[in-house]
Amino acid sequence: MTHILVIAEHAGGKLNPATAKCVTCASQISDATVDVAVFAAQADALAAEAAQIAGVNRVLKIEDAANAEPLAALLAPQVVSLAQKYSHVFGPSTTFGKDLMPRVAALLGVGQLSDIMAVEASHRFRRPIYAGNAIITVEAPADRKVVATVRTASFQAAGGAGSAPIEAVDVTAELPSHTRFISRSAAATGRPDLQTAARVVSGGRALGSAENFKVIYSLADKLGAPVGASRAAVDAGYAANDLQVGQTGKIISPELYIAVGISGAIQHLTGIKDARTIVAINKDAEAPIFEVADIGLVGDLFAILPELEKALG
Amino acid sequence: MSKILVGLKRVVDYNVRVRVKPDGSGVVTEGVKMSINPFDEIALEEALRIKEKGGASEVIVASIGPAETQQQLRTGLAMGADRAILVQSEQALEPLSAARVFLKLIEKESPQIVLLGKQGIDDDNNQTGQMLAALWNRPQATFASKIELDGTLARVTREVDAGLETIEVDLPAVLTTDLRLNEPRYVKLPEIMKAKKKPLETLALGDLGVDVAAQFKTLNYAPPPSRQKGIMVKDVPELLATLKQKGLVQ
Repeated sequence: MTHILVIAEHAGGKLNPATAKCVTCASQISDATVDVAVFAAQADALAAEAAQIAGVNRVLKIEDAANAEPLAALLAPQVVSLAQKYSHVFGPSTTFGKDLMPRVAALLGVGQLSDIMAVEASHRFRRPIYAGNAIITVEAPADRKVVATVRTASFQAAGGAGSAPIEAVDVTAELPSHTRFISRSAAATGRPDLQTAARVVSGGRALGSAENFKVIYSLADKLGAPVGASRAAVDAGYAANDLQVGQTGKIISPELYIAVGISGAIQHLTGIKDARTIVAINKDAEAPIFEVADIGLVGDLFAILPELEKALG
Repeated sequence: MSKILVGLKRVVDYNVRVRVKPDGSGVVTEGVKMSINPFDEIALEEALRIKEKGGASEVIVASIGPAETQQQLRTGLAMGADRAILVQSEQALEPLSAARVFLKLIEKESPQIVLLGKQGIDDDNNQTGQMLAALWNRPQATFASKIELDGTLARVTREVDAGLETIEVDLPAVLTTDLRLNEPRYVKLPEIMKAKKKPLETLALGDLGVDVAAQFKTLNYAPPPSRQKGIMVKDVPELLATLKQKGLVQ
């Protein structure tokens, strides 16, 4: 039997959909029982939410004031203490999971697999390297725990029809005091989340200024979409860092991705390859973005966007 | 005064389009330009700025790799590092092994800060800094976009999915860099000449007494699935018609 522990990610009293995607990934391993661990200061509502994820066997609730903020240095020893009963420990390949899971793995004395994009067997997975320019099949040792992050863009969120039992768990772990949370500045955009939205509109360097970037927001509003940006646009200060899509930013998989004034560097393309339909609008017909676009339109974005917005009614 | 230890990884240059070998045994690296991992270059730049502001007395760059890695370390010295350590290894190490090697260097040098890039752009693992912090039993502040030192602690602003997060860590600590921490300086020719005289120590991996056995087996390398060839539309009405036909807009 394979026993998998999924570490839930949450913020603002809600589970991150990445959690249900990790459950999907874990459930693809045959014979697996999948438990979800919720670390929080107050975990009742979160645990109830996790219990509804289809395929979950059991929800472990670890309530501690120290878990109010997701600090890897504090969470890792608690995860390690739970991990003893499991063959696999999965977390999402978000900044939360990327921060936490390697620390967990090192404490357990095992390597870690990053960005699982496909499950081949209980100890065999596929993952991207070189910004997605190569996909490797990796085998983990059968006699050790598998600690991994799950590339959330590769998996659909498990449904919400489950009713798993919830269990409050006390963990015995010494928590360090050397790491302290100070603050978080979240851009409260009122828009859907970039990583889960069905439609995304992104802008690149060709926008030319933060002021001009407003045309991207305007089209996004029309479509009920969040806004993304290329690294060039973020570096130039046209858009905030949390909008960056690509190898080192967010990896997304919307139904519709509209890339506006983005040339299409490899590092950006790796973040959008899982989009169902990619639309590229760029004045340079030779831009590499057109090599991956499903629908391309060559022209001046400052003329095209207002026209498109108007046509959308 | 305190030391900063910076990790520099030798990787295929950022601008190279990496290709998988036809037999699936790896990626083509022969004759390909190699460079310092861009995130590590940012780590070194930050270390140099800290030293220039009086926050450290020495910046040491260290790498694990074949003899040719001296090129990247010399570049690091030309940027301004004081000395370099090469742990010579023909085999590529997994992040846990690399972290164990760096722990040895920490024991040798007792740095106040270890600065690493958040990920290598070759394996895209994003693990070594976190693992090192765990093995060292010290704090980690990953994906840093701003680092402020305040006596025995560091306040680090981190790039997280939700925006920016600030945490405070006691030193010594491991910090890993994100893209917008700084813009690395260009190396000037006189610095390259000067760098040739700076100390570069070579250690044999085998002499460190570290378990570096690989845990994972890579069975196959494959190119990514290619997307179906798209279509070009001539104007907005045609774009809209295509999107409607696909049911993507109302």
